[in-house]
Amino acid sequence: MSKTSYCAYLTGFISPEVKDTCSSSVECRSPPLIQFSQSSVPLHRNYILSTFCTEHNVQECLSHINQEVSSLGLPPVWTESSGSSEMNVMAVLNCMYDLIQLHHRGLRTLENMEVEQLKSSSNVDHLQRTSTQLKEQLELSKRGNTGLLERERQLHLKVKSLQNCLKNEKDEVQKLQNIIASRASQYNHEMKRKEREFTKLKERLNQLLVDKKEKKQAIDVLNNIGRADGKRSLWKTQKTEAKHEGEMYKTLLSDYDTRQREMLLENAELKKVLQQIKKEMVSILSLRKPIRKDDKHPDAGIQADSEDEEQVFDSSKESVGLFSVHAREKLTNSIRLQWRRLKSHVERLDSQASLAQMGENKTDDAISRETHEEEMDRLKLEIQPCKDFIQTQQQLLQQQLSSPCDEETTSLLSNCYMLQERERFREEWKTLEKQRNLFERERRNCTEAAIRLSHERKAFEDDRAVWLKHQFLNLSPFADLRKPQMSKSKSCFLISETESSASSAPEKLIKCRSDTTSPTPRCVPLTSASTADMHRTVCLVPEKRYVVFICTNHDMPVTNAALVVCYELFMLIFYFQINQTKWKD
Amino acid sequence: MNFSEVFKQSNQLCKVSPDGKYLATCVQYRLVVRDVSTLQILQLYTCLDQISHMDWSSDSLFILCAMYKRGLVQVWSLEQPDWHCKIDEGSIGLVSSRWSPDGRHILNTTEFHLRVTVWSLCTKAVSYIKYPKACQKGIDFSRDGCYMALAERRDCKDYVSVFVCDDWHLLRHFETETQDLAGLEWSPNGCVLAVWDSCLEYKVLLYSLDGRLLSAYSAYEWSLGVKSVTWSPNSQFLAIGSYDEKVRILNHITWKKITQFEHPSSINNTKAVVYKEVEKRTAVGSDDLSLHITIGTALYNTRSKYEICPSPVQIPVVKPDPDRANPKIGVSSLAFSSDSRYLATKNDNMASVVWVWDMQKMSLVAVLEQTSAVRCFQWDPCRPRLALCTGNTTLYLWSPAGCVSVQVPTEGGFQVQSLNWHRSGDSLMLLGKEQLCLCYMDTDQEDNIREFTATK
Repeated sequence: MSKTSYCAYLTGFISPEVKDTCSSSVECRSPPLIQFSQSSVPLHRNYILSTFCTEHNVQECLSHINQEVSSLGLPPVWTESSGSSEMNVMAVLNCMYDLIQLHHRGLRTLENMEVEQLKSSSNVDHLQRTSTQLKEQLELSKRGNTGLLERERQLHLKVKSLQNCLKNEKDEVQKLQNIIASRASQYNHEMKRKEREFTKLKERLNQLLVDKKEKKQAIDVLNNIGRADGKRSLWKTQKTEAKHEGEMYKTLLSDYDTRQREMLLENAELKKVLQQIKKEMVSILSLRKPIRKDDKHPDAGIQADSEDEEQVFDSSKESVGLFSVHAREKLTNSIRLQWRRLKSHVERLDSQASLAQMGENKTDDAISRETHEEEMDRLKLEIQPCKDFIQTQQQLLQQQLSSPCDEETTSLLSNCYMLQERERFREEWKTLEKQRNLFERERRNCTEAAIRLSHERKAFEDDRAVWLKHQFLNLSPFADLRKPQMSKSKSCFLISETESSASSAPEKLIKCRSDTTSPTPRCVPLTSASTADMHRTVCLVPEKRYVVFICTNHDMPVTNAALVVCYELFMLIFYFQINQTKWKD
Repeated sequence: MNFSEVFKQSNQLCKVSPDGKYLATCVQYRLVVRDVSTLQILQLYTCLDQISHMDWSSDSLFILCAMYKRGLVQVWSLEQPDWHCKIDEGSIGLVSSRWSPDGRHILNTTEFHLRVTVWSLCTKAVSYIKYPKACQKGIDFSRDGCYMALAERRDCKDYVSVFVCDDWHLLRHFETETQDLAGLEWSPNGCVLAVWDSCLEYKVLLYSLDGRLLSAYSAYEWSLGVKSVTWSPNSQFLAIGSYDEKVRILNHITWKKITQFEHPSSINNTKAVVYKEVEKRTAVGSDDLSLHITIGTALYNTRSKYEICPSPVQIPVVKPDPDRANPKIGVSSLAFSSDSRYLATKNDNMASVVWVWDMQKMSLVAVLEQTSAVRCFQWDPCRPRLALCTGNTTLYLWSPAGCVSVQVPTEGGFQVQSLNWHRSGDSLMLLGKEQLCLCYMDTDQEDNIREFTATK
């Protein structure tokens, strides 16, 4: 409801007499009232002035006024008794004055009354308004109340229904549980019954199948095979049973045994670790001992004592500690003690450090900061050239990218070529070096061969001397026959040998000359081989006796002189060969 | 890496003898024995029907061929080719056949798990073990071949019987605290037997050899539980994979959980390396035409390689159907490396991913994200090296040094379905659908891998 219409309603409701005058608002209610009262008086007056007294009805008017005045309780203006028609002016005036006074009084009271009325009306208005407001409020609250009540009722209903539901559900659950339980028991029962039946059937089936004749179980083996372990099976007796039991317990025991051993090992390991920890703790604590003694700490002495004691204990324990309960306890206790000490020490250090930090915050910090700053400056300085370097590199790179064919790149390219060249030279150098090494080796081989040859020659010379001596001594025809034979055989073989070597030598020579650039070391081992052969012949290898016999059987007249000549020839060739090798070198 | 030529096989029945010298393959009803080094056929045996199972005896002297449909087992000797043995289970049927550790007895499980028949090849004697339980893993032999643990079911209760394999003497027989026992496995040292309940209940029980209950472990209740259990080769860890996509590691001293490995769909671990397989279709270029000629089928071949993914990696996850039994979720495969240093796992709802965990740091080392679901993975028996295949023509290898993928260069697109390491770790047997191929590792494989990672 809008305010204006509401107000109109109110005015209409409360004061229907002013309804027509009042248009719409409460504020314009009092002015019409005032207007009304003010306008009524002058209208009345005009009417009296205009029509009341004329020349004709003075007498009537007089009497009328007289009556009126007397009715008002004033002294009469005109008395008939006096008999004169003229009015007593004084009396009239007095009367008028009284009337005016009366009128004034009346007006004043009217005004007062009007004010009073206004006041009271506004009061009434206000009260009415407040009352309506209150009534509205009351209405509203009443409505709210009923709404709330309704809701409460509904909620109550809901709760009730839910409770019902819950109860129902609970009942249902209970019922279902009961059903399940009963079914489960029934099921279990049934299952058991079925299982029993099943077993019975099985038994029966078994029986039937066993009894059945036509298709019996059978094993058909060609020949029995031996047991895997090669033993014969034993009869089942009490003894075997006991043996089985024994074996079972044996395996169990061995298992426990191994487990115990493992645990023992583990324990030992752990103890070792403990010992080590303890030792390290002791060492740490002993390190700080002198400092603390300087500090004159109260428990320093005690600690030292205990440590000494522990040290003694420690040395004696080592091996015992693993097994003795007391030792173990002592060890753990000591470790606990040490640990506590270490902890307190660390804590103290911590607190000291924090204190020191607090106390010497400035100086320490200043120093550190200075060093830090120095370091920073230094690093910055270092960074600067690095940055420059990077920049130049980047620049160069960009330049290269932007202008691929400028001078720098060409120089770079030439550098590259130079590098390549150098690389190639280096490789060549390397190959040359390798060749040189090869040559060196070959020369060494040759010299070695020469040395060996000279040795052999010397030996040969000696041999020859001996042989010549023998020859000289055996010049007489009556000498022993066997010796010439021997020498014959030797020389005979020698000839063939020398011939072959002689035939091969020139060949070799040619070969050597043909490739002078790379002298093959092949000839060296060849010569050495030939010398070895010679050596063999010189040493009179018995297998060559066969050749000797052939020679003698052919009865060739090989005289000593001829032999000597042959030998000389051989020697010549030999020298020639040596010279050749020397020349080659 | 070199590859042999391709041989025929059926039912993926190919096994290298325990001594590593011979390779036995089944082709329909024929058994072919080859020399591993030369691949020359040494023996050829003909069975009575199509072979459904084949196994070597522990001493590599005999081969067992089972024909489940006919209820028959035939045994062949390598030393005496004319020696033969035929075991007929008759009308009682046969569902499983295996060697005893001594290689002189055959254990046949009859149909409906009526009983286990123990046949002796030494004496022709037959003995029966009644009430074997039909479950995931009901029989296990200890590593040293001394004992056999057998899950049994009597009067609706689970029992475990421990037999001495030497003379089948019943050593221990005890009831287990399980609702429905699903499997049992000896620790590699043969002293502890791990027994686990069916997936309805998370329960792992550890029994000593003498039948004492050492410990019981349960991680949670109500929801689906254990999916796979594996011992580490040094018997120190027991890894349990479960339906909640976690692997829990128990220690061998207190049998409490040391740690658990989760398989999150997003990997934020910066220390783990995530290798992602990327496939590239090869265009027939002139530069590698020669290679194509050798491969032959290169026109439609895809080349794959690994890429290293930076840290936050999202892994494709397949939501399992909640209405179906045996949901495809949880850790189904676990394998320790031979030195017990690494553990490889596979979570079923992230079937294309293999996770490798470091057992020293107890943390994730590597994640191999393949383009297709991983079929099979196996550790090198000598080195920490993992081989895996995803049913395509590529073989994948992981080692701490890195990861490689190798195309199998055979004609006709050899799809690797399964693989088996030779005991020396020098070669690898790759099994396709109807074929098999040997892959020879270079001895300087490590160097290759290093090179590979260096090029990265």
